[in-house]
Amino acid sequence: MENKVKRNLPDELMSDMKLKPFESVEVGNPEIKRIAPKVHVTTGENKVVDSLEEVIKKTLKDGMTISFHHHFRNGDFAFNKVMDLIIKLGYQNLTLAPSSLTSVMNDKVIEAIQKGVITNITSSGMRGTLGDFVSHGGLKNPVVFRSHGNRARSIEEGEIKVDVAFLGVPNSDPAGNANGQEGDAVFGSLGYALIDAQYADNVVLLTDNIIDYPNTPASIKQTQVDYVVKVDQIGDADKIGSGATRFTKDPKELKIAEMVNQVIVNSPYYKEGFSFQTGSGGAALAVTRYLRQSMINDGITASFALGGITKPTTDLLDEGLVKKIMDVQDFDKGAAASMAKNRNQQEIDASWYADPHNKGAVVNNLDVAILSALQIDTDFNVNVMTGSDGVIRGAIGGHQDAANAKMTIITAPLVRGRNATVVPSVETVVTPGDSIDVLVTERGIAINPKRKDLIEAFSKVPDLNIVDITELQQMAEKQVGVPKPLEYTDRTVALIQYRDGTIIDTIKQVKD
Amino acid sequence: MEIKTTGVAGTLESSDIQIMISKGDDGIQIDLDSEVIKAYGDQIKKVITDTLEKYGIDNAKVKAVDKGALDCVIAARTLAAAQRATETSDRPELGVLQ
Repeated sequence: MENKVKRNLPDELMSDMKLKPFESVEVGNPEIKRIAPKVHVTTGENKVVDSLEEVIKKTLKDGMTISFHHHFRNGDFAFNKVMDLIIKLGYQNLTLAPSSLTSVMNDKVIEAIQKGVITNITSSGMRGTLGDFVSHGGLKNPVVFRSHGNRARSIEEGEIKVDVAFLGVPNSDPAGNANGQEGDAVFGSLGYALIDAQYADNVVLLTDNIIDYPNTPASIKQTQVDYVVKVDQIGDADKIGSGATRFTKDPKELKIAEMVNQVIVNSPYYKEGFSFQTGSGGAALAVTRYLRQSMINDGITASFALGGITKPTTDLLDEGLVKKIMDVQDFDKGAAASMAKNRNQQEIDASWYADPHNKGAVVNNLDVAILSALQIDTDFNVNVMTGSDGVIRGAIGGHQDAANAKMTIITAPLVRGRNATVVPSVETVVTPGDSIDVLVTERGIAINPKRKDLIEAFSKVPDLNIVDITELQQMAEKQVGVPKPLEYTDRTVALIQYRDGTIIDTIKQVKD
Repeated sequence: MEIKTTGVAGTLESSDIQIMISKGDDGIQIDLDSEVIKAYGDQIKKVITDTLEKYGIDNAKVKAVDKGALDCVIAARTLAAAQRATETSDRPELGVLQ
């Protein structure tokens, strides 16, 4: 069957897995029912145990679903500690459902797949050796990729039923009150893990830092936690987030950032109390710098900044240019440290951030989102998942979710090396073109033809070089040539869900 | 055109290609290593072969390490390596690149 973004979906797999094809970016007003977790009742004054192995044996059975969060990023020690024991104990047929997978987890996941310990995976993304392994057919069942908002929705609606959540935290009291803000391995917001703490049948905290009761602020609460496991070290602080964020010196990225800022300040959304989300890429960080200067010059302040947060954004909070930060994740040490001392930097969970089946999520209040792309096609569909070789090397993250902003801007260089970024048709559709409004490249700005209002507003601004997206695609092709189409086998190795759970695209096994 | 020595041109920087040309006796044999070999491998080999033939080389061993170079860069590096291999660098034949 073909879905609304003209992708052919494998009929047999779709019906076996009871999946529906992607229809529309409009969520509508469905009535949905949320599930509730099992509660193992206890008075729970002291849940501290030393043996992780005992906890695993008590809580885990073959065929269950286990979850982790990725807030420690590449400084994570929790995942490998837990998986080592699970593999050693000989568990089989587990579903791995983390908020995402970072490179430091890759080897352990591959080992667990090869030993039959893990047979299903759902994640925001995967990179490096694991992406390569899956793209070459290493896992029998297709991986299901979900955005952060969609993961929250799937857990709330029971599509992902987490049996045991293993959540690393930099501190906890003996009853399980914990946050991400104090200790040796702080990462700030616990946004993604809060959903697991709320909905998993068994919640196991791992920490190297047990502090006096009651621990506040309690992001994860004692009402949710079954065990607190004391470990030697929960993470490597130096690898959690980059240290001081450096601004790019790449002239191409700076030019793109300056153009993005021009688009923002000339848009109808740039007025007192506007809101924005930027990513963590070089150009996105530079946009924050240009935007800051414009806001000072024009005497405009933002009501909130959203998303994965970096220090340049918390600096705006300190300067009073941004009134609040709605923070689901922190990308660097500065942003993580800022949360502990600034009450206007509000920790939000993934559901509040972006769940489409909600009574409103923050992304629905968002004016401007600045997002990146590996590829964007002439229908404005965006790929952030597969490389130009067709191999999995990315993550949906909050891309589909933040693209709900009133104006979604994609920033991308026209070409990267010999690979065109603006292409006739993306390898993998992740975010549908219907939710993308503007593309900014160093060679020109393309506006989605559906946004007649933006076309009219921007065509009055002489500094903006507005071009048709097909013109950008042809410029790129003229520079790099026409690539030979990639070859795949018929086997589906991954499914890309849209945020409502429908299937927007599939990834096939690459042919070598 | 006779190959007298091994000629090298280009670097391993992004968007460049390093070409090494040495004596061969079985047509133009290309050993290509490229990040974009699936999408552009055939095209890269064609540009190298065309450039060498235009310069009058019909037999050569070519080792090419590509880092995403555009066709114009590939042709220029190939010509430079070929002129070094034939010890003719003192007479640049830029017409080959047209």
